[in-house]
Amino acid sequence: MSMADADIEAADGLLAAESSPLRTAIRQGLSSGPVMLSVGVLAVITLAALLAPLLWTSDPIAIDPATRLRPISPEHWLGTDAFGRDVYSRVMYGARISLLVGLGVTVTAVVFGMIIGIVAGYFRSVDSVIMRFMDGIMAIPGILLAIALVTLSGASLLTVVVAISVPEIPRVVRLVRSVILGVRSEPYVEAAIALGTPAPALLMRHMVPNTVPPLIVQGTFIFASAMLAEAAMSFLGVGLPPEIPSWGNVMAEGRAYFQLLPGLILYPGVLLALTVLAINILGDALRDALDPRMAKRL
Amino acid sequence: MNAAMPRYIAARLLATIPVMGIVAVVVFSLLRITPGDPAAIIAGDSATSEQLEQIRQSLGLDQPLYIQFPVWLGQVLSGDLGTSLISGVSVSSMISTRFGPTLALSTSIILFSIVVAIPLGVIAAWKQGTLLDRSVSAFSVLGFSMPVFVTAYILVLIFSIMLGWLPVQGYRAPADGLWAFLSRLILPTLALSTAYIALIARITRTSVLEVMGEDYIRTARAKGLRERAVLTRHGLRNAAVPIITVIGLGITNLISGVVVTESVFNLPGLGRLVVEAVLARDYPVIQGLILLFSFIYILINLVVDVLYTLFDPRIRY
Repeated sequence: MSMADADIEAADGLLAAESSPLRTAIRQGLSSGPVMLSVGVLAVITLAALLAPLLWTSDPIAIDPATRLRPISPEHWLGTDAFGRDVYSRVMYGARISLLVGLGVTVTAVVFGMIIGIVAGYFRSVDSVIMRFMDGIMAIPGILLAIALVTLSGASLLTVVVAISVPEIPRVVRLVRSVILGVRSEPYVEAAIALGTPAPALLMRHMVPNTVPPLIVQGTFIFASAMLAEAAMSFLGVGLPPEIPSWGNVMAEGRAYFQLLPGLILYPGVLLALTVLAINILGDALRDALDPRMAKRL
Repeated sequence: MNAAMPRYIAARLLATIPVMGIVAVVVFSLLRITPGDPAAIIAGDSATSEQLEQIRQSLGLDQPLYIQFPVWLGQVLSGDLGTSLISGVSVSSMISTRFGPTLALSTSIILFSIVVAIPLGVIAAWKQGTLLDRSVSAFSVLGFSMPVFVTAYILVLIFSIMLGWLPVQGYRAPADGLWAFLSRLILPTLALSTAYIALIARITRTSVLEVMGEDYIRTARAKGLRERAVLTRHGLRNAAVPIITVIGLGITNLISGVVVTESVFNLPGLGRLVVEAVLARDYPVIQGLILLFSFIYILINLVVDVLYTLFDPRIRY
């Protein structure tokens, strides 16, 4: 199939890039202006998320009917929502939840995708069964699968993370599998096989390290798209339970009052866009640094 | 086109069967293998035991799985996607009544994105390294990163609330008048096109740049062809394969954006139906929609693969 060939070709490109040490490549790729700015933006947002309780926030879920839908004021820096909750505090705490979902999905998708990808790439007997199954999952629109999984298993932080991870796994599997397939025919791996290296050592020493650079790149894009997916799902009311202050939930609550207080959607929305933009710029730079072949093409 | 083409298409069609099968198995298992009683999940906490029993019977959940699956698959294959638990209307007729707005929105997004993005990408490649080129690249990264609903609300704020030029939301069929129909599609189209324009412009730029380094481009220039003809006739046409791939990919990914956009603008299409069905736990409808969209995904991939061979006769299978 054409797609599989393209995978292998892409993997060849990645292997070519691997000859230069990872760290040098990253250092060189990360020194441009927009990239430095993106790293800065991400550092500030991550710090704000970690230090939210110390940054003049109040309780993000404390309801105060007396101060509903207030505009910006010295007491409420970004105003209040329909329940009288402080929007500034909700947005700051929301950064925690949104970043946590991004991180959780990235780790889950990469770990499971890597295990399945290694199995598919190394054990040829199960390869086609696994890959057809992955094709099937990829054919189901990710957000529909995620929404259905959350609905069936009950909305919580854990189910949302798992539900967004499931549609991401096949892409990781394809990437890992294609790298493993590419490495198998390398002379040094054939030599290792001929020397009778046991399978676990062969995998861990010669194959898995090759999957790391492309997975770092893929991971940044998964992180960004997971944050967007969580926000979209929560926004539609089919994601995190409404009491959890994620950026998506803050925006969901602002929908009905958009004409009165557009900030309820715009503040968390712009922050989300900024975060995702920074992650995407970083991902592009990492890809350019780690994979010169792709850099030429995109 | 070459002689092997019909055989290639037939082989490619056959290859979709196992994928469709897997999709069917996944969709079937979604409800059945989740922990807990599926009927209770659908009915919610306040259901009576009669209601639970009714749901079990209507979905065949009282039968063992190995009997349920063939029966269910047979129904799906004959076009019977079941009936809504809420309205009692058949899922296929619900889909057909909600198809119009989604078709209108998707068509206008695809057309608008292509019409804007391809010239943008070609110009960026032509003026490589200039401010114009860098603006297109910057816009591309921004386009990927903006959440659809944020773009949508910013557009509504500017064009509907501040300027009052366009309706805030809603849908009118083309029969209600062309402007009534189009005016309500403009903002949703703009909101959702941003990401696709970004994607298509970016890939057009890189593919054209790559092609422009080829020998036949130098030949075309050497024989005195005007630059515009070189760009369009030789550059763009040979850059077509990656561009078609990305357009195909864009169409298959359209659904998640459509779900959000239709909800923001209150368009009564299939995307809105997904959200309504999920909020009402109307499982047969969710299931039918997932099957429909997966089928469309597989179909578009097939079409893209076949188009490759038409645009690039060098590709042989």
